[in-house]
Amino acid sequence: MAEPTNNGSFSTPSLRLKTGLAEMLKGGVIMDVMNVEQARIAEEAGAVAVMALERVPAMIRAEGGVARMASPKLIKQIMAAVTVPVMAKARIGHFAEAQVLQHLGVDFIDESEVLTPADETHHIDKHAFTTPFVCGAKDLGEALRRIAEGAAMIRTKGEPGTGDVVHAVRHMRQIIKEIKGLTVLDEQELYAAAKELRAPYELVRMVAKTGKLPVPNFSAGGIATPSDAALMMQLGAETVFVGSGIFMKGRATPLEVDLWTAEDAHVGLCTSKQVGEARNPEDREEAVSRAKAIVLAATHFADPAIVSEASEAVLGSMKGLAVSSIPAEEMMQDRGW
Amino acid sequence: MPLTIGVLALQGAFEAHARVLQNLGATPKLVRTPEQLEGLDGLIMPGGESTTMLKSLERGGFFEALAAFVAEKPTFGTCAGAILLATDVAHSTQKCLGALDISVERNAYGRQNESAILSSETSMPGAPLEMVFIRAPRISRVGPGVETLAKRGDDPVLVRSGSLLAATFHPELSGDERVHRLFLDMVEDSQRSYR
Repeated sequence: MAEPTNNGSFSTPSLRLKTGLAEMLKGGVIMDVMNVEQARIAEEAGAVAVMALERVPAMIRAEGGVARMASPKLIKQIMAAVTVPVMAKARIGHFAEAQVLQHLGVDFIDESEVLTPADETHHIDKHAFTTPFVCGAKDLGEALRRIAEGAAMIRTKGEPGTGDVVHAVRHMRQIIKEIKGLTVLDEQELYAAAKELRAPYELVRMVAKTGKLPVPNFSAGGIATPSDAALMMQLGAETVFVGSGIFMKGRATPLEVDLWTAEDAHVGLCTSKQVGEARNPEDREEAVSRAKAIVLAATHFADPAIVSEASEAVLGSMKGLAVSSIPAEEMMQDRGW
Repeated sequence: MPLTIGVLALQGAFEAHARVLQNLGATPKLVRTPEQLEGLDGLIMPGGESTTMLKSLERGGFFEALAAFVAEKPTFGTCAGAILLATDVAHSTQKCLGALDISVERNAYGRQNESAILSSETSMPGAPLEMVFIRAPRISRVGPGVETLAKRGDDPVLVRSGSLLAATFHPELSGDERVHRLFLDMVEDSQRSYR
């Protein structure tokens, strides 16, 4: 049965639990991680959650091919390694991948345009799952369509894997602008607004009344520096997703953050004394510094002195790729509708 | 004079708490630095990720300032906030304020798929209380002098000791404002005893 909650939205118990977890993730940074060591660095730096994936968007972009859900083995390893919530991505429309992720017990599923879409028409029916979903959106209509399908969190799409924040800004401003626009409409104008937004009337009316999305609104896609994080938070993002910005060195090369293992010592790659030390201390230190700095800036986004301190603490940054130089057919944000 | 209640806003469900406080006629104030603890009548430490909050508390003597605050002023911790108040924390072992004599096990009821909305009788007047558990911690031990106000099975989920209140569930995500009202009553009581 639907009943009112404190945030003014009406939702089922299941949706309340899903958006409830999203509430807990507010005011922080969710980091893409490709292995256990990156996950540990993320948690240690203060990430509110990690996103387990095989390749970060920058690598997918550089290497091409079909990008799919991460291997269950990798996801399980990461779930075992950290205590913060673990998210994982399923392809748009690929409900079987989502079923696998739910079975694995991940805390949030990202139906993501970063992966190669599996359905050209239909997104996943997210109401059919107990695991909450986050979905990307470029504008209010898209956000509300995903919410109608059961998404418990929206994130702006931006352009993933670029380190160029311009489209994250565009999409956040677009959504906020359209929300503001709805709040000044008469009741009778909302029907036509719903038609124009191609979104359910009930959700449009709810946004018009409350002046915000009925689920938390996060930001992703090109956020790479502490001040990028502060910018998105000031524009209205409630948390930021950082993908390639933390663990990437070159366009397709991650920083080497692994530690020497006993196995390495056994096969003679390092001495037994080196086990547990960083293989590449400089790279590792750079990743740690970026992760910590971006968390600091996201927490204190409105305090330029602290954002400045965070920016200064960062060693190096991802190379980045201007969105304007990407051919239209390679844009990830245009996947989904 | 309405009560000024701080809400620790390093991360997590701080806005939801601020909204409930506002509904109840208190003045919420978001707290992100140790200086902002000054002049508060009480403090709420919200749910979220306790590891993230601890990280932020490492900066600029915030942890020590917070420890001094909760030793003196009424404080209410929910979920991650309850973990911060505890005297010891398991899975994983981590730092805590040691203000409230309880032991807490993190994520003890499972991951998000095991999150649940339950309802239970409490020692508060009125109907059974709706309790929203999200990746909730478990209170595995309560010390002497800690009063249990609500339970989930055999586990205490709402406990009070002196001017400290802790819940492993999320009253800020429920329509029932009784737990927040109880905390505001505790704040008022503590002020009366000061005078």
